[in-house]
Amino acid sequence: MSAAGVPRTAALEVHELRVARGDRAVLRGVNLVVAPGEICALMGTSGAGKSTVLRAIAALQPFSAGRIHVDGAMLVGGPLPPESRLRRLRNSVGMVFQAHALFEHLTAMDNVTLGPIHAHGWPRERAEEVARALLTELGVVERAGAYPRQLSGGEAQRVAIARALAPDPLFLLMDEPTSALDPARRGALAETLRALAAEGRGLLLATHDVDFALACADRVAILADGVVVDEGSAVGVLTQPNHQATRDLLSTPIVETALRRSSGRRAIVEDSGTASAP
Amino acid sequence: MPRLSLLFLATLLFGNRAPVAAQALARPPFRWGGDAEGGAPFVEADPADPSRVRGFDVEIADLIARGLRREPQFVQVAWSSIPASVERGDFDIGLSGIEDRPDLRARYALTIPYFEFREVLAVRPADAGRFRRLGDLAGRRVATLGGTMAYEMLVAEKGRSGLVPVSYDDDVHPYTDLVAGRVDAVLLDHIIAERSLRRSGGFLIQPEAVATGHYVGVFALRDSMLRDSANAILLSRMADGSLERIFRTWNVWDDAQAAYFRRVAGGASTSAGTATTSSQLIGNYVPALLRAAMITLLLSCLAMALAAVAGVAIAAGRVYGPPVVRGALATYVEVVRGTPVLLQLFVIYYGLSSVVRLPAFLAAVVGLGLNYAAYESEIYRSALEAIPRAQLEAARTLGLSELQALRLVRGPQALRLALAPMTNDFVALLKDSSLVSVITVVELTKQTAIYATNVGSWVIPGALCAVVYLALSLPLSRFARRLERRWSLA
Repeated sequence: MSAAGVPRTAALEVHELRVARGDRAVLRGVNLVVAPGEICALMGTSGAGKSTVLRAIAALQPFSAGRIHVDGAMLVGGPLPPESRLRRLRNSVGMVFQAHALFEHLTAMDNVTLGPIHAHGWPRERAEEVARALLTELGVVERAGAYPRQLSGGEAQRVAIARALAPDPLFLLMDEPTSALDPARRGALAETLRALAAEGRGLLLATHDVDFALACADRVAILADGVVVDEGSAVGVLTQPNHQATRDLLSTPIVETALRRSSGRRAIVEDSGTASAP
Repeated sequence: MPRLSLLFLATLLFGNRAPVAAQALARPPFRWGGDAEGGAPFVEADPADPSRVRGFDVEIADLIARGLRREPQFVQVAWSSIPASVERGDFDIGLSGIEDRPDLRARYALTIPYFEFREVLAVRPADAGRFRRLGDLAGRRVATLGGTMAYEMLVAEKGRSGLVPVSYDDDVHPYTDLVAGRVDAVLLDHIIAERSLRRSGGFLIQPEAVATGHYVGVFALRDSMLRDSANAILLSRMADGSLERIFRTWNVWDDAQAAYFRRVAGGASTSAGTATTSSQLIGNYVPALLRAAMITLLLSCLAMALAAVAGVAIAAGRVYGPPVVRGALATYVEVVRGTPVLLQLFVIYYGLSSVVRLPAFLAAVVGLGLNYAAYESEIYRSALEAIPRAQLEAARTLGLSELQALRLVRGPQALRLALAPMTNDFVALLKDSSLVSVITVVELTKQTAIYATNVGSWVIPGALCAVVYLALSLPLSRFARRLERRWSLA
């Protein structure tokens, strides 16, 4: 288990990742690569292990075998290393949780500056300057003084994204980013994520939201039975499914209707609203 | 005190076994109240038949009852409650080494004094040369029984020489604490001092008496006619030598007693002092009550601070510690919560005195603090565990260490959750602090009890005491509510 002494590779690479929960194998050799500037949607039905992959990459979850390389940091199977040996990984990977997990006792601004000030030792002025820029970019700067309880679901998510981006990680992991958003907000989020990828960041999204994946992902990996069973461009995988798991994912009538109506990924985005505070 | 309750029941059931005169049958029994916990030679359970009591006060009660041609019947009552009980009508006369005091004389019908005692100073043998009288004890701790003439003398002396009065609920522990070095002298009746010397020893009694006092019987004011009859009986039994025989039987007769009896026979007045009015008493006691309130407040704040710090440590140990630590702390919490705080105070103050001799106030802070720590730790533990795990994981992905996450994320939110139950516990602690009077700390409730004994009523002292407790707890509750409102946003 070492985060040092490995060749620096810019991409996020997952090799043969295996996770067992008791006797049950949750992941049975997952392979995945996310390049900087790319949005990859990790898809699968509920319980397929999407979140487990993200948690393993963020070193929140030990895995039994396999390797994870992120921007020069490496994780191998076994118990989690102490936080003191995860600094490189923490600098490179940001994470946005499903229920956004904002710190309830801190304002939006303080949520964003907490990590830079206390984990990275930035002076408060610099941390606030960066936080203000991020909140502006995400369209929630006027909510900087609000507490999480006072934010709408969309606002809270954008603050959570700002918090994850504040230390300027190369990769951003997002767990079910659309679960609490209405369709208009989903479209706005897709635009936001495209903008982040355009800045050169790599994004890995765990989602079962086919519309959303079509709207913003460059690449899709379908997770089923603990392995990636199908992988390719979002449009290719989702419009011409060649694996049963992909077809299962697409088999809800709503999705089928949506697919028939949309010929490409941009179509849905154009239907949706733009990012703004409610 | 199950033994005493049994004794009381037994007395009620079997106390009338002695042959009774025909006239006595027609009259109601002569009920007299005393405290068998006071022990020999006053009143004690008869070792040969614990359903009966014996002692010189028992024989004097018999003597008066016989003179009234009534059958004596003993009623067990706590010594400090005797005057209040006689006022309530629980019995006709209280007799149990009750001191003739001006405040008592003002509110009750007292008999003529039937015994003259000396207030004597007991000291450790090594101090015999330097602590001869009260004036030698400046800055020293001097113990006595609360609510007695001796206690008032010590309080008066405190103003003069800066001696520190220490009040006890019983007359055994002052002497054991003297031998143990917790106090430097004990001022009490010579009968009690000599009894303690015979029982345990380890100290000596200064020959020079600090003062003299008298034992009397207590009747309610409405029974002053009955009191007059009792006085006539006592005077005639003094004259015919019956009282002397009783005191000789119990080994408390000496030359001083003989001289006193001669004086009484000669008609010299023995009643001392003038009655203090209740308004004067209130004036006298307000500063004492305020001082006691400060002790209650200081004690509660220090104990709560200790409880909070220890509680945080216990909670952190139970949430973050290895299994061994978690198990040990869980055991501590269960043991402390499962046993009475009174027992814990006794163990810390008396039980551990051979290992560590804590001053009373410190023992009180430690006892209450460690007891409440168990409760606080449960509050903190549940508060810590109420913070969503995702927030702690978010803190980790931001690069915060576990300690930083506790300090910056988990702790502050847990504190907000813990605030209301903590306030609740602090108000409870404020009132539980009254328990520490058992280890000689005179706090608000104890001072009120002393005051109530003096004025012979609980109405004004009780109301004053309640007002002070409320004045201490209400602002606290308000402060907590305001803080909660301010934090409710976050």
